[in-house]
Amino acid sequence: MSTMHDLIVIGGGINGATTALFAARGGMDVAVIDRGPLCREASGVNAGTLTMQMTRVALIPYALRAHHMWATAREWLGHDVGVVVCDGLSLAFTEQEAELLAFRAGKRREAGAPITLITGQQALQIEPGLSDKALLAGHCRVDGYANAYLTGLAFRTALLDAGVTLTENNPATDILQTSSGFEVVTKQGPLRAKRVVIAGGVWIEEMMGWLGIDLPIKTLVNQLAVTERIPTAMRTVVGIANGLLSLKQYPHGTVVIGGGWQGSGSREGGTCSLLPERLVGNIRLACHAVPALKDARLARAWTGFEAETRDALPAVGPVPGIHNAYVIGSIHSGYTSGPYLAKLLADQILGREPDLPLFPIDRLLKPEPLAQG
Amino acid sequence: MVSPHCHFDVLVLGGGPAGMVSAITASQNGLRVGLIDEQSEAGGQIWRAPWASSPQGYESPEARDGNKMRDRLALSSVTCLFGRRIWSVTDRYRVDLLGADGVETFQAPHLIVALGAHERVIPFPGWTLPGVMGLAAATIMLKAHGLAPPKDWVLAGVGPLLAAVAAGYARKGHPPKAIIDLSGPSDWFAALPSLASRPGLFKQGVGWVLSIVSSRIPIYFRHAIRRAEGQDRISACLIGPVDADGKSIDGPEVGIACDAMMVGNGLVPGGEVPRLLGADQVYRHELGGWIPECDPFGRTSLEHLYAIGDGAGIRGGAVACIAGKLAGLAAAHDAGRIDAGAFAHQSAQALAEHRKLSAFSDAMAHMIRLRPAQVASIEADAVICRCEDVTRQDLVAAARAGARDVNQLKHFTRCGMGPCQGRMCGDVAAEILAQEHRLDRQAVGYWTARPPLRPISLQSMLGRVDYADIPIPKPAPL
Ligand SMILES: Cc1cc2nc3c(=O)[nH]c(=O)nc-3n(C[C@H](O)[C@H](O)[C@H](O)COP(=O)(O)OP(=O)(O)OC[C@H]3O[C@@H](n4cnc5c(N)ncnc54)[C@H](O)[C@@H]3O)c2cc1C
Repeated sequence: MSTMHDLIVIGGGINGATTALFAARGGMDVAVIDRGPLCREASGVNAGTLTMQMTRVALIPYALRAHHMWATAREWLGHDVGVVVCDGLSLAFTEQEAELLAFRAGKRREAGAPITLITGQQALQIEPGLSDKALLAGHCRVDGYANAYLTGLAFRTALLDAGVTLTENNPATDILQTSSGFEVVTKQGPLRAKRVVIAGGVWIEEMMGWLGIDLPIKTLVNQLAVTERIPTAMRTVVGIANGLLSLKQYPHGTVVIGGGWQGSGSREGGTCSLLPERLVGNIRLACHAVPALKDARLARAWTGFEAETRDALPAVGPVPGIHNAYVIGSIHSGYTSGPYLAKLLADQILGREPDLPLFPIDRLLKPEPLAQG
Repeated sequence: MVSPHCHFDVLVLGGGPAGMVSAITASQNGLRVGLIDEQSEAGGQIWRAPWASSPQGYESPEARDGNKMRDRLALSSVTCLFGRRIWSVTDRYRVDLLGADGVETFQAPHLIVALGAHERVIPFPGWTLPGVMGLAAATIMLKAHGLAPPKDWVLAGVGPLLAAVAAGYARKGHPPKAIIDLSGPSDWFAALPSLASRPGLFKQGVGWVLSIVSSRIPIYFRHAIRRAEGQDRISACLIGPVDADGKSIDGPEVGIACDAMMVGNGLVPGGEVPRLLGADQVYRHELGGWIPECDPFGRTSLEHLYAIGDGAGIRGGAVACIAGKLAGLAAAHDAGRIDAGAFAHQSAQALAEHRKLSAFSDAMAHMIRLRPAQVASIEADAVICRCEDVTRQDLVAAARAGARDVNQLKHFTRCGMGPCQGRMCGDVAAEILAQEHRLDRQAVGYWTARPPLRPISLQSMLGRVDYADIPIPKPAPL
């Protein structure tokens, strides 16, 4: 018989890996199962922006704490993921956008994000790389970015150091409920544990299905692009009012261009492809905001899957009706906020009172169909 | 966004022998064909056309074959879309190009990919110094530009291209100062019988040898470059002996003063487009590396996607022509332009020729195969990925930190993340990873292909737009 773990986490993205890390540090015997290598889906291919100005209002308190975690990643994760803390600017180029920006910045400020509104001219002083066409900007001191592709390396080392059993390249295919807990069926054989966390990114819908729970998850296909290394063109994180642009230049000189323009693809086949005209649109927007980018060459563009619940708020908490089963995922700007929410979930699993409330999924489950007649 | 041009039945990517012949064949069989290439003329690498302004013409059997095929192309009804850089290929089958007038889009139900191969670089310390260039690049200089190399240049590497470049420059009065050949005379002799199966090429080979011998170029057989030295550019190189597997062995090292080096260690199939589209791949060491899985007609695992020529396995120009014929016929058949009987009849001869040529092409491919032992001999401080300055020891450290497949290796080290997207370093980096884990190459996988297929400037993608014209999607939820 295989060992009985205290906890199995299915899915080793930022959410699963962080939950596993804190549960293990809290004294549990933890195993992580991933279909591929750690953090190679959303958590390894995302834009790495750690911004409040794209975060949903309800998540601001979490994102602020998570931002602090990222800024101090060396201390708790033990590894550098290239985090740079810098100013962030969200721009408005038209009257309409200015109105949207003022409204959105106000809401985020109420939730605790230190965003102030400044003129385009003031924004130019903070970021000389900007175009002079901005009318208004949201300015936030709590901003920055990480090198998402380093996440896997960082967590791999940290999890192994914390004594977590790692099985990479090992897809799970089912979860069986047993008298003592759960048996997770995987390609490399069954693994058993008293508790289970479902952390499969866009694939949590399928995994919840294994437990007989219907949790609809929408798949977003986000496009990203990166330039080759260029001389310093900007030093801040730059976005636009409606959130459809994110731009920053890494210390090694490349500029990552994102913002959530959608490609095509499906999570079932695991295939996604870029829509070239959307890439062109995204790049036009980027060059409008930071004109020096026109001189850069596009080096690479790619896509990744992001999960979204019906109300676009996270799915983090216990699985209703199934003792000792938990789910975490579908967190908007989830690379930013994921680590903090995962830490809260680990607290709950360890029997501690989380500092902030989780986002239980009861609200998202379809009501039982009414009996006929 | 302008809507795509959809008036073609088939788009052929790449105007080398495979692409040209497939385009001509498909159009002769009733298909409307668009042939796309980055160059301003068809010909590809082997039949590369001389530049109009180049100082001297380059006479060779290939140049004559190339001219003949260009004439046939001109007489056909193929639409030539030259001078256009392919930067994206997506589903069924949309091709985005960058030409003199900016971004253009074409779409057709059939796609024949014939984009050739890249040069394999086996790094040594100093290979990134200015003055060190690839062998394929050297042939472009020779064929297209007629440019002379600096006086003291050395030629190194492996395979027939080595002899062709040496002879080509020797005849023009610019012989290399030395030839450093990874193979030994016995490797060349071993290839002789299969070479003899192609009398024309055999004669050409003999001609190369005569030119080399008569110009008294010193040849170092079973030697390889150990390092290149120099301040701002190469000023000397150090060579040393290798064994039959290409492994560095003890023996006298020789220093050669030089101000240029042309070095090439074979070719790697350029399979990015089929990979980008998700066609099934297989690793075939003897054909140069990862290639799309194809039937004899070049049909990949994806419907109406064909891969031919060196991009589907290194087999050389003659096989590429036949593969072009077969794919052109298959496309015509699959599009319903010719019936099964005509298809079988017309392809029978080509299939037979293909078989006949394979002894020769196999022997050539064998000479330029990757030598794992040569990769194992690469020094720890040698830069493998020049775009991102990743050395062999960085790759080894990443493997030891748990990277087991090439894309994970890329995340751990940035190897292959630069503008060449691993075209230069990919084969060797994968080999180092496989050796470190004692895995076969199949197990460490292939590099995910990403657009753009070649780096393109953002400026060139922009077009003339107002801010209001940018179709910015709906705002994200608050
Ligand atoms: C292109 C892109 C850009 C983004 N940019 C940003 C940004 O700039 N800032 C930000 O804050 N957020 C960003 N996000 C969002 C963020 O990346 C995600 O919210 C976050 O990474 C999700 O983490 P996760 O752990 O839930 O999912 P994932 O990282 O997707 O992890 C899920 C894991 O489950 C595994 N899995 C799936 N099925 C199985 C199975 N059957 N068995 C075992 N394992 C399985 C997968 O292999 C994967 O490793 C972006 C997302 C994308 C796609």
